[in-house]
Amino acid sequence: MQRTRGHVTKEIVELDQVSIRFAGDSGDGMQLTGDQFTSTTAAFGNDLTTLPDFPAEIRAPAGTMPGVSAFQLHFGDHDIMTPGDQAHVLVAMNPAALKSNLKELRPGGDLIVNTDEFSERAMTKVGYASNPLEDGSLDGYNVHPIALTSMTVEALKDFDITKKDAERSKNMFALGVLLWMFTRPIEPTIAFLNAKFGKKPEILAANIAALQAGWSFGETTESFPNQFAVKPAPMAAGTYRNISGNLALSYGLIAASVRADLPIFLGSYPITPASDILHELSKHKNFGVRTFQAEDEIAGIGAALGASYAGMLGVTTTSGPGVALKSEAIGLAVALELPLVIVDVQRGGPSTGLPTKTEQADLLQAMYGRNGEAPVPIVAPQSPADCFDAAIEAVRIATVYRTPVFLLSDGYLANGSEPWHVPDVSALPDLHVKFADGPNHTMPDGTEVFWPFKRDPETLARPWAIPGVAGLEHRIGGIEKQDGTGNISYDPANHDFMVRIRQAKIDGIAKTIEPLKVEDPSGKAKVLVIGWGSTYGPVESACRRLRLEGFDVAHAHLRHLNPFPANTGEELKKYEKVIVPEMNLGQLSMMLRAKYLVDAIGYNQVRGLPFKTQELMDAIKDVVEGV
Amino acid sequence: MSNTFASLDLVPKSDEKQSAKDYKTDQEVRWCPGCGDYAILAAVQGFMPELGVKKENIVFVSGIGCSSRFPYYMNTYGVHSIHGRAPAIATGLSVSRPDLSVWVVTGDGDALSIGGNHLIHALRRNVNLKILMFNNRIYGLTKGQYSPTSEMGKITKTTPLGSLDYPFNPVSVALGAEATFVARSVDSDRQHLQSVLRAAAEHEGTALIEIYQNCNIFNDGAWDPMKDADTRDDVTMRLVHGEKIVFGANSDRCVVRDHNGTLRVASVNDVAAEDIVTHDAHAEDPAFAFALSRLSHPETLQDTPIGIFRDIKRPSYDRLVRNQIETATAKGAGDLQTLLTGKDTWQVS
Repeated sequence: MQRTRGHVTKEIVELDQVSIRFAGDSGDGMQLTGDQFTSTTAAFGNDLTTLPDFPAEIRAPAGTMPGVSAFQLHFGDHDIMTPGDQAHVLVAMNPAALKSNLKELRPGGDLIVNTDEFSERAMTKVGYASNPLEDGSLDGYNVHPIALTSMTVEALKDFDITKKDAERSKNMFALGVLLWMFTRPIEPTIAFLNAKFGKKPEILAANIAALQAGWSFGETTESFPNQFAVKPAPMAAGTYRNISGNLALSYGLIAASVRADLPIFLGSYPITPASDILHELSKHKNFGVRTFQAEDEIAGIGAALGASYAGMLGVTTTSGPGVALKSEAIGLAVALELPLVIVDVQRGGPSTGLPTKTEQADLLQAMYGRNGEAPVPIVAPQSPADCFDAAIEAVRIATVYRTPVFLLSDGYLANGSEPWHVPDVSALPDLHVKFADGPNHTMPDGTEVFWPFKRDPETLARPWAIPGVAGLEHRIGGIEKQDGTGNISYDPANHDFMVRIRQAKIDGIAKTIEPLKVEDPSGKAKVLVIGWGSTYGPVESACRRLRLEGFDVAHAHLRHLNPFPANTGEELKKYEKVIVPEMNLGQLSMMLRAKYLVDAIGYNQVRGLPFKTQELMDAIKDVVEGV
Repeated sequence: MSNTFASLDLVPKSDEKQSAKDYKTDQEVRWCPGCGDYAILAAVQGFMPELGVKKENIVFVSGIGCSSRFPYYMNTYGVHSIHGRAPAIATGLSVSRPDLSVWVVTGDGDALSIGGNHLIHALRRNVNLKILMFNNRIYGLTKGQYSPTSEMGKITKTTPLGSLDYPFNPVSVALGAEATFVARSVDSDRQHLQSVLRAAAEHEGTALIEIYQNCNIFNDGAWDPMKDADTRDDVTMRLVHGEKIVFGANSDRCVVRDHNGTLRVASVNDVAAEDIVTHDAHAEDPAFAFALSRLSHPETLQDTPIGIFRDIKRPSYDRLVRNQIETATAKGAGDLQTLLTGKDTWQVS
């Protein structure tokens, strides 16, 4: 395949998948560059997964290792489930980016380096004793040294902008090079720039010029002998968009609110990596959404619970440290038996931990982090787009069972993105619920009364009795209540009964959730890999590749962590070995071991990053070969 | 029957005549015999019919402590929540439902220790809550530890050698947070307490009422100077908007401006009549009300003002939230399919 433009003729090489990584200073605009490449690639029809990888500091000192911000994108002509282990292409905007990100580039990969930033001083700052571009240390890579900054400035010399502004456009130059390299159009980026800089015509023109200069540079330079093409991936017919986990989760909540006809009240306190949900929901007041930026985490959940009591869809969003602060209020929600969605976008812990990095170590906190017997259902999305459906499921459980529900996302899902098949709204589940509207109990003398804790025999849920209905006046609280009447009761037998019935209510949710589905195409697997949450992509990817290599391996994924699907124990017992990969030290393993007495083998990492497919393959292979 | 309470404009009116009895529940009241809470409960139950709103549109929310058992005894909707968090829970409730009259019942420990943060933020936001803070200067339900309003040097179970904590003056704290309505009353003065409840109910936004309440078990007599017939008129300064601040058993004491710009108590005989300060509860600047709140002596209770310190107009947080929603939906309610689809899509066929 050949392509001609002007006098240049370069061969186009077909690839089935590519992983590229942009790395630069926090101020270099790497997230924006990555996002732009992503949306162009998504619109082109490739399947993809992204991994933004940035520091907690807003802008650490320029040129330092802590200030490096990176963005990895994996796209292909087939089902792409991970951001890719090691990138095929790394763009390093300065020595710090090269030094901290080189290990993320696979041997022989293409390395695009901004040579302008490789001053003596900049290299010394990050500990390079000699210039890596000259000392042979990069011999194992296909290095493309490009004077990105000075070429950008040169390309923009006729524009009426400062040198600083010209230099700031170098990310667009780099993006132009990459778009050329992978035969992507530049028009979507021009449209994006028009929207972003419409009010600053000079900056807009400069950015477009830099983008075009980068594209033309790719075309003319001898550094790139060929271009690459990745065909669109087969996908079901329909409308698609690219979506991040936090956005999908926000939309899921709004969709659930519309389908339940309950306005959202979000009580929240800003915390990384959950704040984007608060930002997003704040924009949608036209859906009746009330967002309340509370004075602290406790007030956030308190107000949300008050709103639930009022008959709204109460939601609170946070990360692990915030959950710790909300624990007492979650217990109150358990005791009051009111609907409430608690979104925990997990990050590295303990304490402040790794605010911008991912982890799955809040499972046991969600499960057990309260005083007393206080069971709370847990739902965990498996991919960025799945955050939409998981949010709807969390709302369903909360409203039907009048219970707080944990929605356990994580930093990788929150900021990562993938193509999303936009659903037809009319096909979304109907979530309407009925508020109590009259007496529900007849006394022995025939009097009709309202009992706030008289349960639905099927769901064991109590009535949702909101203020404003005559005759239903009642008092509820955190003190133990008498079964039925809800009056304060310290009776030992009643407490024992109430503790058990609250547990039975949560256990009963299992009747309404999908059974655990095990993928075992050959039907001969003796090893089952079972995971939850955001590890779905890497685990599924590893299992598929192992099967291609001739290994029999089964894979199951838990969306509901409390209660588990009813057939979980039965499925686990069909396999000789059960492997549980988790980004913690074995929390699901512990739960499976405790509940089903299976000898779960943990595969655990807490590096703040998603699993690499190859590492998982090695770990699974070890076990498969051992049976 | 129509009510005259502006803050209750959106709350459905009762079509029946109510009495205090309608607000009593069938629950046995479990406060200690002789507790000041009984008097407050009776005063509130007696006042509620005056609101003229439907009983089912009234909600009492409380935290933890003796005072916080209050909702169980009110035949309205009620939530007995967790320690210190009642203002937060009530905020979510009030903002969601303008058709409700929302009352918070709390104590000095609940509101000023564990819940201090929520209290000041509710006050600064001006959420449409009526907060009744029972102040007995002691922790009662945990059996007698000093509270954030206990006087320094107080001997309690946790302070056998006397407490070292400098106390809060709740009215000063509320005014520091620029609360739009701040008042003080006394459990045993039913008439005064009900007059303050009335003014609070009329107020749009947060109303904080500090109620001096006697704990006869762990801190008996804490407010005696303000209750004993012999001393009460002497120590108590009754604030009435628009009237000169003159008090004392023989009306011989008054409030004047001090040379440093604050207020001081003087003998009527020592000052010119025109120098006596007229109480202005509507002053925009909270400095005047704050200066009044500083006049009392925390140990002797001499020169302690009761009544309404401040009552100014500022839109409630609830109203502002409602306005934003109305503005946003006036342009048309959101369309879910349009939202989900967004602007940057592609088709696969």
